[in-house]
Amino acid sequence: MPIPILKQGNVLIASVQAALTDQELLRLKDELADKVGRFRSRGVIIDVTSLDVMDSFATRTLRSLAAATRLRGAETVIVGIQPDVAITLVQLGLTLEGVATALDLEEGLDLLSRPARDPRR
Amino acid sequence: MTGGTRVTIDRDVDIVTARQIGRQMAAEAGFSGSDLTMIATAISEVARNIVEYAKRGEVRLETASKHGRKGLVVVANDDGPGIPDIEQAMQDGFSTGRSLGLGLPGARRLMDEFEIVSEPGKGTTITMRKWCG
Repeated sequence: MPIPILKQGNVLIASVQAALTDQELLRLKDELADKVGRFRSRGVIIDVTSLDVMDSFATRTLRSLAAATRLRGAETVIVGIQPDVAITLVQLGLTLEGVATALDLEEGLDLLSRPARDPRR
Repeated sequence: MTGGTRVTIDRDVDIVTARQIGRQMAAEAGFSGSDLTMIATAISEVARNIVEYAKRGEVRLETASKHGRKGLVVVANDDGPGIPDIEQAMQDGFSTGRSLGLGLPGARRLMDEFEIVSEPGKGTTITMRKWCG
């Protein structure tokens, strides 16, 4: 099942579902790198609220997705990482370093709309 | 190990199936909160290891008990190329594939017990256990 990508102003929003496969995640990366150019987007939000597992593959792919969209001129914010998922990521030794995160969609949009932003901080 | 549930692993969607069944069984065994997420994530890592290196294999899941504590046993088994140097494979950051090399060492950190038996050319069996409470 393809991940729907919504366009809101100059931000693209992708909401991933619980049963996310490796191939779907890789496809999302390609699709976003393409759509950022097509819609001249300045920001990308990946909503992982319904994702109950983020393993080393998902984390690595999200990091490279954020790096690829940044090279295309858009900042990526990962929103909605669940508390249990956050605890597990730390235990795994994965920190999503260099990728901006926010509590939820609203906070993510707020982060992207700040004028002199550095979302990596 | 008798009974339990077997999940055949030969493509990425099976990784999702294995971790969902594992989470369900862990919840029935009495695990809750972040323990469920850690178990599901550890299953995801060992199942992906099968897809990436052995192409196919299986994950067996079974509830168990030890000194009155209930737990979940996960056995990931394949007939793939095997791991030539297990010590090296268990180091953070070591990978011969496309990954960060955090899969197996990460899975070990998420579970209470973790054993690998592997013979080059014959396959790999990873047994992991986590106990409630």
